[in-house]
Amino acid sequence: MKTRIPLSFLIGLIFGVGLVVSGMNLPSKVQGFLDIAGLWDPSLAFVMIGAIGVATLAFRLAAGRRISFIGEPIQQPAAGRVDARLVVGAAIFGVGWGLSGVCPGPATVNLAFLDPKAVVFFVAMVLGMAIERMGPLLKRASAPAAVEQDS
Amino acid sequence: MQIDWTHFSPGAALIGGAEIGLAAGLMILLLGRIAGVSGILAGIIPFRREETGWRLAFALGLVAAPLFASLFRAPAPPEFTAGYPLLALAGLLVGFGARLGGGCTSGHGVCGLSRFSLRSVVATVTFMSVAIATVFVVRHVIG
Repeated sequence: MKTRIPLSFLIGLIFGVGLVVSGMNLPSKVQGFLDIAGLWDPSLAFVMIGAIGVATLAFRLAAGRRISFIGEPIQQPAAGRVDARLVVGAAIFGVGWGLSGVCPGPATVNLAFLDPKAVVFFVAMVLGMAIERMGPLLKRASAPAAVEQDS
Repeated sequence: MQIDWTHFSPGAALIGGAEIGLAAGLMILLLGRIAGVSGILAGIIPFRREETGWRLAFALGLVAAPLFASLFRAPAPPEFTAGYPLLALAGLLVGFGARLGGGCTSGHGVCGLSRFSLRSVVATVTFMSVAIATVFVVRHVIG
């Protein structure tokens, strides 16, 4: 459906404005939240409360539905198992997030500031995604590819 | 534990957070998808008629956000505490780890927790604790 593309742009815009308004796009603020042993800035806990508070209502509304309000199939990930892939991936992500104070949403939003550091982080992040995708291809000769699971 | 009262901004955090939650809600209720930024970005390539367009549009919406916000009030530019080599390493780890773990702060942290997914709870607790430990080592052990 053609309406998906402008809607998706608008949703990205709202998401990005939320990141900017909350200060979640600022690496210094994110690290101020993660630094519980130093001068601790608890703001980002409030970002999570606000986000989860609103999103929980939407997901409750979506729970019984198979088709969205504009007629698209609702594609929610099936409840999968907690496996090593999930935990190792989250841990590697956590190291990078802690080192930089940047996660994928802010990395994308911050491109608008035309700061070379934001560009370097974004390019490296895309490269990291590409390497992860290549992994199973390189191993495929010897072992069956891992089953892809998305959140 | 000492609170950083100069930077603590619970009001803006709650409002911005609610906007993020609204975007995640609209994404599932209208497009029927999970608003996980790393997953959406990764799916832009390779080109697929049904997938690439809305994913790219979402990413462009994110990039347009600071420009839109500046119509009302100039947003604070991000200050990167890390230098180039560390940022490059961190970017690699964030991209790789988010894909391996099937999501990031938005997909697992916001959407996953909001739909009570056990996998997302485990992922969020893991990356939060590891990130806190990483900052502790960088600032209070090495630094």
